Amino acid sequence: MRHILSILLENEPGALSRVVGLFSARGYNIDSLSVATTEDTTMSRMTIVTHGSDDIIEQITKQLNKLIEVVKVVDITEGNHIERELMLVKVRASGKDRDEMKRMADIFRGRILDVTDKSYTIELTGNSDKLDAFIAAIEPGTILETVRTGASGIGRGERILKI
Amino acid sequence: MSQTITGAEIVVRCLAEEKVDFVFGYPGGAVLNIYDEIFKQDKFKHVLVRHEQAAVHAADAYSRSSQRIGVCLVTSGPGVTNAVTGIATAYMDSIPMVILSGQVPTAYIGQDAFQECDTVGITRPCVKHNFLVKDVRDLASTIKKAFYIASTGRPGPVLVDIPKDVTINSCKFEYPETISMRSYNPAGKGHSGQIKKAVQLLLDAKRPMIYTGGGVVLNDAAPQLTKLVRLLGAPVTNTLMGLGGYPATDPQYLGMPGMHGTFEANQAMQDCDVLLAVGARFDDRVIGNPGHFFREGRKIIHIDIDPSSISKRVKVDVPIVGYVRDVLDEMIAQVQATDKRPDAAALKAWWTRIKEWQSRNCLKYKASDELIKPQFVVEKLYEITGGDAIVTSDVGQHQMWAAQYYKFDKPRRWINSGGLGTMGVGLPYAMGVQLANPDATVACITGEASIQMCIQELSTCKQYHIPVKIINLNNRYLGMVRQWQEFFYGNRHAESYMNALPDFVKLAEAYGHHGIKVEKPGDVEGALREAFKHKEKLYFLDFITDQTENVFPMVPGGKGLTEMILAEDL
Repeated sequence: MRHILSILLENEPGALSRVVGLFSARGYNIDSLSVATTEDTTMSRMTIVTHGSDDIIEQITKQLNKLIEVVKVVDITEGNHIERELMLVKVRASGKDRDEMKRMADIFRGRILDVTDKSYTIELTGNSDKLDAFIAAIEPGTILETVRTGASGIGRGERILKI
Repeated sequence: MSQTITGAEIVVRCLAEEKVDFVFGYPGGAVLNIYDEIFKQDKFKHVLVRHEQAAVHAADAYSRSSQRIGVCLVTSGPGVTNAVTGIATAYMDSIPMVILSGQVPTAYIGQDAFQECDTVGITRPCVKHNFLVKDVRDLASTIKKAFYIASTGRPGPVLVDIPKDVTINSCKFEYPETISMRSYNPAGKGHSGQIKKAVQLLLDAKRPMIYTGGGVVLNDAAPQLTKLVRLLGAPVTNTLMGLGGYPATDPQYLGMPGMHGTFEANQAMQDCDVLLAVGARFDDRVIGNPGHFFREGRKIIHIDIDPSSISKRVKVDVPIVGYVRDVLDEMIAQVQATDKRPDAAALKAWWTRIKEWQSRNCLKYKASDELIKPQFVVEKLYEITGGDAIVTSDVGQHQMWAAQYYKFDKPRRWINSGGLGTMGVGLPYAMGVQLANPDATVACITGEASIQMCIQELSTCKQYHIPVKIINLNNRYLGMVRQWQEFFYGNRHAESYMNALPDFVKLAEAYGHHGIKVEKPGDVEGALREAFKHKEKLYFLDFITDQTENVFPMVPGGKGLTEMILAEDL
């Protein structure tokens, strides 16, 4: 099962490598990882998308909590949540494909950020499935480059992750 | 008030504040300023080892045998990499330690400077936590944090990496009285509802079994454990790390469980209906194959300070996270407060079964008049030391024989590398133990292979007059490797034969000690008596033992606990 773990940790050098090292040392999977400081600059928030059985996810959560610099860990997929990822994709857009590509970007509510005679650079936001769907929808040969941020997530309603 | 002192002085002052009495270490470029301050002070003694690995092992054993925090000091680069084996050893067995390491000056970090290595990166997976101090103003509070983290919660080694310029720079010295960290709040007392459930289960049990590990020793919970075991009338087993947690000579004690555990302990682990695990982690050497270990209907209660130890390898019915001593105290109080008593008839039937298992006498071995049996040496050692020595061991067959045949009645008397299984710990462990316990009788049970991994420490023993007794069970083989090759690899002895062994007696003498070579069973007792008579001298006893002896019982790797091979089966 896919899980999204939200982690609050001290914004200190090396804290990220402790988290990443834990995953590799114990053979856990990281599907994506994103991290930045919070409104309190002494603290970072990390979102890790991982998958595994319930036992594995329980161990991952416990092992993360054991790290001295980790303040809090929440599996936001345990409740209602919002998930977003951002993708920039540079595609070939020339000739008859040019209009088609613009239409596809519109259908997926993408924005074209940069234009040349032969290409578009499209910004897309959504949950990871939506970004996957866009990639699947366009002609594979037209893709020149993609870059994705990895998912970020937040609980719905009153659910708050804070210390 | 505004007087400032250097980082090096701060290090020394911090150690004095922590009432450290021994620092084990080895100097080098990056720590010269700290050593200069050590030279000028008299609050603690520095012990100069001959290899950094031994500094960490000695500090580790100092901690294991004294309830205090072991401290060592090494230089940057190779000083640290040599220390890594010792740090990983302490980490696997959850030993509270502080390692101070020198680092190249902050401006040189990342430039591949002389004796530079990424200490924090290299040690990260084998420490509870580590720090790189970049500003002298953070030094005192970081050292305080290191001591706090090392000794609270599930203990472990903490490393503080100190660049050379930080030891030169100055600031005002303030040692914090207490530390609070928003990201580190180790669990405390244990959930009382869960404890109540556990007590109910134990009082209702028909076939209770108590299995305890290193957590009981580390948390000094042996008196509580003994009291609870007696109240419940249940059988008890101590793991390799937990030996001495319950008196081995007590009739309720079934011996050690696991790969080389006793028949009765392993059978009882499997056939009980309620298993209470205290400060133990169901590791592969203790429960064998987890699939085989599973029994329908058996309830498992697990007390541990580390939540991640619970349900890691075995599903647990009643988890209790907390310090084992506090949890056991509350369990005792609850048992005493209720009128309910364990089911006497059921217990009697359970003990009858256990006695049958015990009657197999699984630790029996063939005595010999010709060859020295290693088990015989351990039994004689037990007899001659009155069971009162602190015993360190290395890793291999001799370690198992020591654990099986030396009966530990008290905690912190058995010092070995259980988790990492580090050959070479025995002698430096004995040094740390003797310095922490100057009046104790200290014996290092080792083999001719393990002892050579840190044999240079005989020189340290000479310098500091450390009169440990080395019991070398010399079978001219890497015995445990040879045993596995005999059982599982068609008896092909690939690289397990120790050719060209030194004359250990001459070697001991070359280092300024005494040695006796013993080749006949009839001479074993005399040699031991001679060695232990000389309280102030290090004796190296080289016992030439039966080369073919194997450790029994044995649960082959990947098998279940009740699939033991017994000596009588062969």
